[in-house]
Amino acid sequence: MTIATSLEDACAALAADPDSLVLAGGTDLMVEVNRGSRRIGNVVTLNRVPELGAWRRDGGQLRLGAGVTFGEISRPEIASLLPALAQAARTVGSPQIRNAATLGGNIATASPAADSLPVLVALDAVLELCSSAGRREVAVADFVTGVKQTCLLPGELIEAVRVPVLDGPQEFCKVGTRNAMVISVASLALLVDRGSRRIRVGLGSVSPRPLRATAAEEHISQRLDWDTGGHPGETAIGEFADLVAGSATPINDHRSSARYRSHAVGVLAGRALARVLEEVAAT
Amino acid sequence: MSTDPYLLRVNGTDHRVGDGRPGESLLWVLRERLGFHGSKNACEEGECGSCTVLLDGQTVCSCLVLAESATGCEITTIEGVADDEGLSDVQQAFIDTGAVQCGFCTPGLIVSIGALLDSNPDPDDLTVREAISGNLCRCTGYGRILEAVNVAAAGRRNEGSAA
Repeated sequence: MTIATSLEDACAALAADPDSLVLAGGTDLMVEVNRGSRRIGNVVTLNRVPELGAWRRDGGQLRLGAGVTFGEISRPEIASLLPALAQAARTVGSPQIRNAATLGGNIATASPAADSLPVLVALDAVLELCSSAGRREVAVADFVTGVKQTCLLPGELIEAVRVPVLDGPQEFCKVGTRNAMVISVASLALLVDRGSRRIRVGLGSVSPRPLRATAAEEHISQRLDWDTGGHPGETAIGEFADLVAGSATPINDHRSSARYRSHAVGVLAGRALARVLEEVAAT
Repeated sequence: MSTDPYLLRVNGTDHRVGDGRPGESLLWVLRERLGFHGSKNACEEGECGSCTVLLDGQTVCSCLVLAESATGCEITTIEGVADDEGLSDVQQAFIDTGAVQCGFCTPGLIVSIGALLDSNPDPDDLTVREAISGNLCRCTGYGRILEAVNVAAAGRRNEGSAA
């Protein structure tokens, strides 16, 4: 096992054995190991790499190291800049899970139910990937290629996530069987982007990959009065919710039916929009 | 195949793990190799919180920590929450309020509640419920556990105002 203490160490260890398991928070990986469904060979641990645990603001952007935990994202310093990501972070597992689980781990695991992914696709997040061969950047929407599938190459790590700090209220909503420790049945991030006069909508758990509800975004963005923040009317909100529901391509599984998932994500869309409109009206 | 020997620092003392197997969780090593039986093993998937320990001061499910990766961290188990042979204030509050029934969830809850009160000695009800949302109790219905938190929190506030 390599306990990496720098990014260079981690990349070198992975280059030496590209089949190594990369261990960040361990909250997904160790479940599989405990069940015996994943054998542990060589392991490279990332939790002691300071570069990965750091974050900073660069003008209009935030750069979050892949090792930043959901616990840290929930706290006011990051939450004030990325409210929807913080809301999503607060719905991850339990306090114990959030203290260990990392943003990079959530992205790399690439579960359709990942709580961070709907927010990150709505933000057009860019991932910085690194290996001993160099660095490259990939949009998070292109990074996830299927159910738990990514374009990460052998020997490559997620180093950081870059997202814009948007002007406008944000909401994250998630449907599950209870409040804590729940894997989402449907989730939705809705972000107001005053700068480009756009409502951005990301969906989770309703398709193999995280999804943008582009048609719904265009529909509602054109119907908002961006100068006065006036209400677009209940009809427009209903149409928006229907378009969001129509953009979902869910499946039936042990957690929910496809039909319910489509319905639920439409309800979330209407609810999230109503909430941000209230906030817009109040400011 | 066994792992190279490694050290775990548990409750302020270094312990050598010489005969570990790859993939062993911190919970397993604590219980089966080092004899710390206080942390309980139930779900092994981070759902129940009965294995909760502090890793560098933060609550984690020890079943989801790869044991070797905790080398260099300060690990605090239920055996280490009280300073001496006595009980911590949270342990005493559990006894005083009758918050223990079968007792299986108790160590994890006491570690979680201790961590909560260390960071916030005056938590509101929602904060308490959120802080223990990762600890399942199937006996008590949580009423007396919430009462125990209030008793321990009140004790800390009184101590604070007396000092």
